[in-house]
Amino acid sequence: MKRGARLGVGERRSIAIGIGVLAWVVALIWIFPIAWTVLTSFKTEQDAAAQTFHQGLSFGRYSDIAHSIPGTLSLQTAFTNSLVVVVVSTLIVLLLALPAAYALAIRPVRKWRDVLFFFISTKFLPVVASIFPIYVYAEKWNLIGTRTILVVLYIAINLPLAIWMTRSFFMEVPRELIEAAEIDGTSLVNQLRSVILPIAAPGIAATALLCVIFAWNEYFYAIQLNFASGSTMPQWVISNVSTRGNFLAKLSAASIVACLPVVLAGWAAQKRMIRGLSMGALK
Amino acid sequence: MASVQYDDATRLYPGTPKPAVNELELTIDDGELLVLVGPSGSGKSTALRMLAGLEPLDDGRILIGGNDVSRVPPRARDIAMVFQNYALYPNLDVAQNMGFALKQQGVHKDERTKRVREVAKLLDLEPYLDRKPRNLSGGQRQRVAMGRAIVRRPQVYLMDEPLSNLDAKLRVQTRAELVELQRRLAVTTVYVTHDQVEAMTMGHRVAVLRDGDLQQVDPPSKLYHEPANLFVAGFIGSPAMNMLPVSVDHAVKIAGVEIRIADAPGGGQRGTVGFRPETVVIGTEGPIPARIRLVEDLGSEAFVHLVIDHEGEERRIVAKVEPPFHGNVDDSVRLTLRGTVHLFDGAEARRATVTL
Repeated sequence: MKRGARLGVGERRSIAIGIGVLAWVVALIWIFPIAWTVLTSFKTEQDAAAQTFHQGLSFGRYSDIAHSIPGTLSLQTAFTNSLVVVVVSTLIVLLLALPAAYALAIRPVRKWRDVLFFFISTKFLPVVASIFPIYVYAEKWNLIGTRTILVVLYIAINLPLAIWMTRSFFMEVPRELIEAAEIDGTSLVNQLRSVILPIAAPGIAATALLCVIFAWNEYFYAIQLNFASGSTMPQWVISNVSTRGNFLAKLSAASIVACLPVVLAGWAAQKRMIRGLSMGALK
Repeated sequence: MASVQYDDATRLYPGTPKPAVNELELTIDDGELLVLVGPSGSGKSTALRMLAGLEPLDDGRILIGGNDVSRVPPRARDIAMVFQNYALYPNLDVAQNMGFALKQQGVHKDERTKRVREVAKLLDLEPYLDRKPRNLSGGQRQRVAMGRAIVRRPQVYLMDEPLSNLDAKLRVQTRAELVELQRRLAVTTVYVTHDQVEAMTMGHRVAVLRDGDLQQVDPPSKLYHEPANLFVAGFIGSPAMNMLPVSVDHAVKIAGVEIRIADAPGGGQRGTVGFRPETVVIGTEGPIPARIRLVEDLGSEAFVHLVIDHEGEERRIVAKVEPPFHGNVDDSVRLTLRGTVHLFDGAEARRATVTL
């Protein structure tokens, strides 16, 4: 006899309520920092510093951050830099990961396990440990302060994960579909384009989203290698921290602006990811 | 259209001691529907996949229309395959699925549409041409898979258990339609199934495989009445042939009753005697005493499960009788054998057959 079967209707209802309450508590704890930041971003600096509400809410801080002090990093520059770095690095990552995943999942090369392990092993080294040689060579090749160095590094960092992920999504493409395509006479390109990619699309979208999020949020390399013209959004957020006083509200507004594109990208990708995976392919 | 020939074709999966298909010698005539049948692991699917080019040959050759295709990739073999789970492209609609191969071949769009329409009409798929596979029933998907093969007008159809995902009633219906269709199109077809009823009802000839070895290739009736060995005898027919251990000689004793088999080998080695359920006649008189264990009345026929005393041991046999059958469990009855009795030697080969 199952344990649940012995409970009365009233007891089951109170358990349901209990779980509901718990879920709300957890959700509120999770959302608190974000809610706090959003709220603070609409306050005046005085209110924000004192954690009070005397002067009401306004978009004033957003207006402040949009108009940067001449000579400092502007939102427009940082946003453009981030966009270029994120889009270029993610596209190149996908371009490299898809053929690699094909070679590791659908028509596995010999020693594919070793290859997979090699890719993931590149993530074993702490980022900090690699910065010194990277810096030296970046300087030698005049790449310090350029978007190029960030693109290259983000590709290197995202590629192993992207290969692992797309490989696992390619593995889920039913074997028979690929065989059917082979018998139907598809070329390799057509096989990828008409059969494999449509089925793996939600997974590829998920992979791309993760690459975008990482590249958008990456801070360490950006700050070490790129403190000038090529600076990205995380640096711009930090540039709003000032030694001349407390600018909590402005910093909050900057944080929210920096978050928004990722949230939107996540929301867009989610719709794509949910659309039925390989429904109806088999049976 | 073309003949197919397996010439010594062997496939050994890496890391396995025994070939999945071992030195297969088999010729399939132009326009023939040949069924490959056997239990799981017998190598029937592997044999089909070798013909498709999805599985490499470790030895021997495969010829389609007299040409050696052993090293030819699947797309250049001019074959079409129907998969057990249909393998329809989920992102393409029915018409695109059926026209996919033609598109790959570079057939013009008008010609493609025309051919797809023809086949859709043939298979009653016209109303569904713009539907995606996920919006089709199992039977419809099966027909799309068939249609995809037919549209191509290939030299050979390969079918890998195409009916096994249908429910029982639809399976029987589709089976008949498929046989008719194949006869009409007259395209050489190799059909894999584990279901001996499908094999018997569909095949012009049936090839029985066991552990990668070909046991017998013959028309269904010959397979049933003249099985080459004990395995084929037991695999073909439902309920299975009754089998009893005996000493092989010119006369064998079944439950103490002597049966003369003139052309049997002498010597008294241990072997098996086999007789089909319809050979067993139940009555109030007869030489063999038996007890009823179970009666299965299907309406059109009835199977009576019996216990007899053979060589001092209780043995179970099955009789097929015409209903109505008036007998109850635990009744004592008398049996007579009337019909064909086979004798198999210690190596399981059939050595003699008599008709009583």
